[in-house]
Parts: sequence; structure tokens; C-alpha cells
Amino acid sequence: MNRRAAILLTVLTAGLVALPGFADAYVLSVATLILYLAYTGQAWNVMMGFAGQLSLGHSLYVGVGAYVAAGLFFHLGIGPWAGLWLSIAACIAFGAAIGFLAFRFGISGVYFALLTIAFAEFTRIGFDHLGWTGGPGGLFIKVAQRDQIDLANFRGPPEMYYYAILALTAGAFALCAWLLGSRAGYYWQAIRENEEAAQALGINTFRWKMLAVVLSSAMTAVSGVFFAFYYNNLFPEQIFNISRSIEIILGPIIGGVGTLFGPILGAAVLTILADTITEVLAALGWEFPGVKQVFYGVVLLAVIMFLPNGIWPTLARKLGISK
Amino acid sequence: MSPLLDVRQLSKSFRGLKAVTGASFEVPVGGLTALIGPNGAGKTTIFNMVAGVYAADSGEIRFCGNPIGGLRADQVCAAGIGRTFQIVKPFAGLSVIDNVMVGALLREKGVPAAKRHAAGIVEKLGLGAKRDLPAASLTLPDRKRLEVARALATRPRLLLLDEVMAGLRPTECDQMVELFRELNRRDGLTILLIEHVMRAVMALAKEIVVLHHGEIIARGSPEQVVRDPAVLECYLGEEAEV
Repeated sequence: MNRRAAILLTVLTAGLVALPGFADAYVLSVATLILYLAYTGQAWNVMMGFAGQLSLGHSLYVGVGAYVAAGLFFHLGIGPWAGLWLSIAACIAFGAAIGFLAFRFGISGVYFALLTIAFAEFTRIGFDHLGWTGGPGGLFIKVAQRDQIDLANFRGPPEMYYYAILALTAGAFALCAWLLGSRAGYYWQAIRENEEAAQALGINTFRWKMLAVVLSSAMTAVSGVFFAFYYNNLFPEQIFNISRSIEIILGPIIGGVGTLFGPILGAAVLTILADTITEVLAALGWEFPGVKQVFYGVVLLAVIMFLPNGIWPTLARKLGISK
Repeated sequence: MSPLLDVRQLSKSFRGLKAVTGASFEVPVGGLTALIGPNGAGKTTIFNMVAGVYAADSGEIRFCGNPIGGLRADQVCAAGIGRTFQIVKPFAGLSVIDNVMVGALLREKGVPAAKRHAAGIVEKLGLGAKRDLPAASLTLPDRKRLEVARALATRPRLLLLDEVMAGLRPTECDQMVELFRELNRRDGLTILLIEHVMRAVMALAKEIVVLHHGEIIARGSPEQVVRDPAVLECYLGEEAEV
């Protein structure tokens, strides 16, 4: 990383830290959503962007992570700081199962992606029939007292959630930056570029792909816990929905798969533009259901046609920053 | 002294098609052996069995006296056998130096040490000026060099070269021959190569193994082999007259 990248990162971090000082509630909620998508996109990026394993079912880990922590809190009063670890453990179990099945039996590419969708789907159906978490009727956590911060139970004002997800996004960025420069990062990229050649250079591809899946699912579990305690309600139909998985991966794809800034940039561009369009249409008195999804499609099409590597690589070149 | 690579009665068929039948040969420590034969003779199949890409139907492969028949490709590499691919497989999105560094990481402790080791090899292969370019931008001869550089970075005791001279100009071919000769003589690297470019084979090989229809039909010094009537008939033809 060069000096310009460091400057950009410093300015960006300072701006994001200062944001709650001057932003209204709406802007803060949009910023929180952007960071949530940026963090989750970064987690997905570890698997696809770094190691080349396409997951189209990352809503699985968000959902399992969310339900485990929320269920423990709701039924047993176990706080999210303890529940978090069980969420991570559960998501790792799912990730390891998918990874083992796929990599042990040589399932790759599109078929691997299908396997990830299948797991997300049958988990959704499973939770629809799981009474402990309320089944299709949903699971609700008592809405937070907005005026007091209860860190132990992760209940508090919107600013608290904003700073939490900001810290997570920064942490994930730092972790990924470190990973990319480490043995793991180089091995993952080698596997992504050509698995047979990677193996011929002594890389145990099974082991390193497993690591990518496990790490990605563990990171995504944390965004699930955040989701549960920020939104306070969970429905299998929503949280495990494939559209949620698509939403997670759109940010990195539009921003730049495999890059560090891509997931953040992509999440920001998508969320801001989509919200602006919705707002403008609402102001004009027009209401189209699903306009956001149509818009996502249009943006995706444009990026794939004109910037197939995403926005960030091109922008980085213009700014004189190495990706 | 036992041979470095000992191949005994190796056979492999693909859906009934016999690719290799009872092939036996050995490569001594410090050897420089060429595997030649017409297209489809089974040369690359033998390579892939030695390199752990697929298992032999029958027969035995020993490296440094240890059987390596059931090992995976990465385990074979870790045991000390480096290989190149006939159809080059660069890590297209990574720079030249990073390509080589991935190989170097096998024996080096960390990224900085691996990068240093890789830099030396990149220079040796004449890719120094292109070290920071993405591998995707390399020409075919440079990609062949990159294959060799990457394999060398794993510090192999035995190097398997699969048609690395193909597509090189005669002068480039001679440079490559010189490089391998030096690696063999000075660093004691044992080399087994598949090659069609007879100019390189004759200049390089201490021993030639000739494969035809999956069977070994001749073995010996380059001088012996090019005079062998069976070899002349099936493979070399008039070329040997030159």
C-alpha cells in the first residue's frame, strides 16, 4: 500500500468517525447499512475475491449467526458477546460442511455456487419449521432503549450500532490487508488463478480452500449477530433469502472483486444511488415496487459491460493508488 | 547408488485406451534424461503419474528410494519434484515475481524471504525486466520461462520439464539449454525432460528414453538412440540424418 492509499484511508476513517456529529438519523441509518454491507461483502470477498470460491449463499451465515445469538438472548438471556462465539462456531460448522463436501468430491465453479445456494435454502426451510426461533412467524428482540447505552447486551442508540459496524468494517479491512500480504493470501490467489498449478507448487489446495471458507463464514457470522441486534427482528423468509445473498455480493462485484476497497466502495455506491432513486421517485409521487432490484440489475449490467473488474481498479489507477 | 527416480512397470489406461504399458526406466542422481516419442506416445501421462496428478493402474514409482505412487501433486512437490506444464498455467492475475514467489513459499519461512529467493530466480530466467508485470501480459516464450522459474523456486531435487523449448527461437532455445546444463552441472539438479526439439535434446540429454504407443522401445546415450533403427522408423525419420 502506498502513500496515497494511506492518505485516502486516513481521510475516510476520520470522516466516518466524525459522521454522527453532523449527520441526521436518516443519514446515519444509511451509513450503518452501507458499512454493514461493506463488512459482509468483505467477508464474502475472502472466499470469492481471494480464493476464487463463488458463494451465492452467504445469507446462510448471516442468518445462522443472527438466529443463534438472538435465540440465546431471547430464551436464555445470554448476551451477544457470549452468543457471538456460538454464532461463529455454528457458521464455521456450516462452512466447513459445505467446504468439505465440495472440495473433497471435486465440486467447483458453478456447481459449488449451487451447493452454497442449496445449503442456504434448506436452512431457510429448516428455520421455517423450528419452533424455538418462532418458525415463519419470526423472532423478536425487545427494541433497544434509545437513550442509554447497554454495551453488555449491545442495546443502545443508533450511534452505538454505527460505531460498532464501523469498527468491524475497519477490523475486516485490516485483517484482509494483512491476509493478502501473507502466505495465505498468496496461496489463495494462486488457487484462484489456477488450482492445478498451485497444487503442483506444493500447495495443499484442499486445506487452504477450507481455511478461506471457514474464515469467510466466521466473519459473516459476526454480521449476522450485528443484524439481529440492530434490526431486532428475524424472519427465515427474509434473512436466508437468496436476494440477501445477492445483495451481499453486489457491493464487492461492483466495487471490485478481490480488492480491499472494492466491497466498501461498491456498498456505498449501490446503497446511496438506490436510496436516492427511491427518494426521488417518492418525492415525485411515483411508487414502483421493486424499483431497487431493477436498479441493482441496471448497475450490475453497466459495471460488467464497462468496468468488468469493478469500479475500484479503474478508480485506483486514476488516483495513483495500487489496488 | 540407487537412482533418484525409479519407474517400474508403470501402466495406465484411459477408458480402455492404453496410454502407458509397463514402462520402466530410472533417472540417476545428477542425471539429465530426455523422454522422447511421437505425439500420443504417453510421455505426458508418465509425467502426470510421477507428479501425482493421477495414479497409475499398476507399477511403482520411487523417488529417493521411497514410493511416491499414492501421493497428491502437492505432496510430490514437497518431496522434491518440481514440474512445468506443457500447456502453460500461469497465475495470470499475479505479477511475474509473485508467481515465482508462490513456488518459493514452499521452502521459505515468510513472504519477504520467499520474495528474495524468487527475485534471484526471475533474474536467472531473464525475466528481471518484467518482474512486476502481470503474468497475463507475457508472451508464450516468457510464459515457458515463468513455468520453469516457478518450478525452480520450490527448490526441487528433480525437475520435470514438459516441452519447455516448444515455440522458442533457436537462440532462445540455446539459452535455455545452457541454463539447464548449468543447473545440472553446478547445482546438481537432476532433470527429466519431455521434448520434441531434437536440437535441445541432443545438446542436453545424457540419456534418452524413447516411448512409442505407451511402450519404451529404446534407451541409451543420444548417439546410440539416434542410430537405433526402431527409433528412426517410428519417430525421428529423416530428422536424424541432419
